[in-house]
Amino acid sequence: MSNAVIIKDAVKKYGDFIALKGVSLDIKEGEFFTLLGPSGCGKTTLLRMIAGFNSIEGGEFYFGDRLINAVPAHKRDIGMVFQNYAIFPHLTVEENVAYGLKARKVPKAQIEPRVKEALELVQIAHLAKRKPNELSGGQQQRVALARAFVIEPSVLLMDEPLSNLDAKLRVQMRTVIKKLQRKLGITTIYVTHDQEEALAISDRIAVMKDGVIMQCGTPTEIYAKPQNPFVAGFIGVSNFLDCTMEQDGLVDIKGELKVKVPVKSTYTGPARLSARPEQLFFAEAGMPGEVQFSTFLGDFIEYEVKLDDGQNLIVNEYTKDTTEVHEAGEKVFLNFDPQRISVYEAESEEVITC
Amino acid sequence: MARGQGAALDRKKLMADPIMVTTIVLLITFLTLFILYPLAILLVDSFVGDGSFGFSIFKRIFAMPTFTRAITNTLKVGFVVGIFSSLIGLLFAYVEVYVRMNRFAGGLFKLVSLLPVVSPPFVLSLSMIMLFGKAGIITRFLLHIYDNSVYGYWGIVIVQTLTFFPVCYMMLKGLLKNIDPSLEEAARDMGAGRWKVFADVTLPLMLPGLGNAFLVTFIESIADFANPMIIGGSYDTLATTIYLQITGAYDKAGAAAMAVVLLCITLLMFAVQKYYLEAKTAATLTGKASRGPMLIEDKSVKVPLTIFCSLVALFVIMMYICVPIGACFPTWGYKFFPLTGKWFKQVFTRYHGFKAFKDSFVLSLIASPITALLSMIISYLVVKRKFKAKGFIEAVSMLAMAVPGTVLGVGYIRGYSGGLFHTGVLQGIYGTGLILIIVFVVRSLPTGTRSGISALRQIDKSIEESAYDMGADSLKVFMTVTLPLIKDSFLSGLVTAFVRSITAISAIILLVTPSFLLITVQINEFAEKGSYSLACAFATILIIITYSAVLLMNLFIKYFGTSRKIKED
Repeated sequence: MSNAVIIKDAVKKYGDFIALKGVSLDIKEGEFFTLLGPSGCGKTTLLRMIAGFNSIEGGEFYFGDRLINAVPAHKRDIGMVFQNYAIFPHLTVEENVAYGLKARKVPKAQIEPRVKEALELVQIAHLAKRKPNELSGGQQQRVALARAFVIEPSVLLMDEPLSNLDAKLRVQMRTVIKKLQRKLGITTIYVTHDQEEALAISDRIAVMKDGVIMQCGTPTEIYAKPQNPFVAGFIGVSNFLDCTMEQDGLVDIKGELKVKVPVKSTYTGPARLSARPEQLFFAEAGMPGEVQFSTFLGDFIEYEVKLDDGQNLIVNEYTKDTTEVHEAGEKVFLNFDPQRISVYEAESEEVITC
Repeated sequence: MARGQGAALDRKKLMADPIMVTTIVLLITFLTLFILYPLAILLVDSFVGDGSFGFSIFKRIFAMPTFTRAITNTLKVGFVVGIFSSLIGLLFAYVEVYVRMNRFAGGLFKLVSLLPVVSPPFVLSLSMIMLFGKAGIITRFLLHIYDNSVYGYWGIVIVQTLTFFPVCYMMLKGLLKNIDPSLEEAARDMGAGRWKVFADVTLPLMLPGLGNAFLVTFIESIADFANPMIIGGSYDTLATTIYLQITGAYDKAGAAAMAVVLLCITLLMFAVQKYYLEAKTAATLTGKASRGPMLIEDKSVKVPLTIFCSLVALFVIMMYICVPIGACFPTWGYKFFPLTGKWFKQVFTRYHGFKAFKDSFVLSLIASPITALLSMIISYLVVKRKFKAKGFIEAVSMLAMAVPGTVLGVGYIRGYSGGLFHTGVLQGIYGTGLILIIVFVVRSLPTGTRSGISALRQIDKSIEESAYDMGADSLKVFMTVTLPLIKDSFLSGLVTAFVRSITAISAIILLVTPSFLLITVQINEFAEKGSYSLACAFATILIIITYSAVLLMNLFIKYFGTSRKIKED
């Protein structure tokens, strides 16, 4: 039932404004794929093009090998979960879930067991006869989920489905969604601006900015090897340092530290280095600085360190690795593992390390 | 315990504010005297009007075939007009919200929604007679039909439908725009086509709203006096029967009992609409639409819908245009050219035009600021204050919405022609301009209050509380903080009150004395006599006055209003 989704050079224009500048994606069958980016990056626009609610100005959209550009929304065989759930307020939970089955003319005898099974999967079978206004936010969310997957769509679309829930429920629901998707194996395209949610839930993520895909990969790839400073800054926290790239992968950081990194290009010249807070550590030698501030967060301590040239860096030290707490005003040296950082060309922002 | 203390505290706080207390007392007196009392006296009169207490008067009127026929007639017309108006209104609203129209069609729609606001009540009846009557321009001179009768059931239904559907259209448009588009998208991606989405999602969500529109129109239709009067012919409705019972048969007790029957019908409808349907509408349509709905692209649906609505709109507009043109025909029904200004001249030279316009204008001009201020004070008290009599004030001012003008008129005759409870107290106001002004105020109060309440609900309470903190008393807070914030709403309330007053007829026609000439009463008189050209001339000038008032208000709001900033949020 489930389909791969292939998008070639998708273009979306609103008047003179180009919202999508030729986006290509290759989403595999049964994959949990997330479109991640700040607001206005075009992720919802792209999702609504896949759903058939937005016109397509350019490019080709395939479900499997079926070109769907000209297929109207109600014939695309999709299930969608909306940000505000979009549950029909005049229908009961049951009727909401049954709606898509009826619209597809599924035989009556099959509808009831399938609705029941779907409601049981999201653990709200006891609420079947209720009206939506008698449900909490999390319960409404479950109805929306059940309604979307009960029709066994070839693609499941989710538009920031968790953003209206409180923090705790959000974490709980994302596990529900993830497990459900695994179990049903429906190709799922998920839109969010929450990078933590994206990392937790996805098989693969496409990070978008200004209508362009900045990087596409698994959560670990994206976190560990961001392909440009934008992704490095958007996913998790990154410290950026100006540096100079020399021959043979040698990186010179302000004359204070020189390390050798694995490179895939022969670029030399001005560059930017990005390092995660947990990849920086205190050492005997390295970049000299002074501890400004420390915050104890239980499993780790977050330090703000001011380098001698005035730049502030964030350093995380895990409490299981050390018992020592550095006080504000303490002079320290910072270092890092050259294998685990990224270096980008200063001008083009292209990645040099591999 | 705590609750009792809180209430005591509230009362103490209120008593420490003498201006507020005085205002509340004055308001309660006004509402009691001029809304509750006239209705109460109708009840009293219809039970004890002929000396002994009992149902004898009701027995008598229900034995009159004219009266029982009038009830069935009224309900029949109201029902059909309610259905037609809400359906046409829904169609217009649907097309406006779901179809991207070109500028021409968009302009037509806008005009149609504006026309009923500025037009006096007779206009459509007049033009209906002139276009389709026995000597109608279309029936006789284009189609050569010589015996077409527009008087009666169908005449009333058509004219009332065309008069009231724009109100439904505006109501339903607001509701349609509030439907969250993702509801419809959700239905669509589960495999429902456009028509199925409409039938399964849009229509059920709109159903309470449609019922609401139906009942509002039903009440309006039942209460309508002017149209049945002119185009009804021998087809009498309750409003006209009551009028004839007083002016023709001089049976005041009978008229009072009939008015009670009419009031019961409208009150019942009003109660259903207010407490059942409005709550239901709010329950299904709370979502705020974050983006526009999916527009209809399919030309086979879009084009016929737009064309049909545009034709209806054009027809309505043509009927309005017909009035000023009709006022220019030398002899209507016989000689159409060359157009002449002689009727306009006669209005002023022979038929005391100036006096009529002066009387109408001055009385309405006095009434409108009183109405606007009163409705603002009422809405302020209802929204922002807590006190015991609040429920009473809110209920009585809303009640006025359900009272047909004819009923109120009879109530005033019974209640004031012999003074309060026939004791001679306050008898002095009967037959004066004052009672006309009071009727104007009472008739426009509900609309003003309703829009005032919705404007005030948008103001955060803390803004006023901060003014109290700094030492302002309630009058000062109202005048310096609240009123400026709702300036636009106040202004439009002012103009609405003016327009409603100057075009009022149903209650006024029962109370006006020969010392006052009112335009609407003149129009009615000339139309009754068959002098359509004169009626049209009067109506044209009335339209010009009301339209200028609305135009002036829009200009004023544009340059001095506060709303522009608010709307941009």
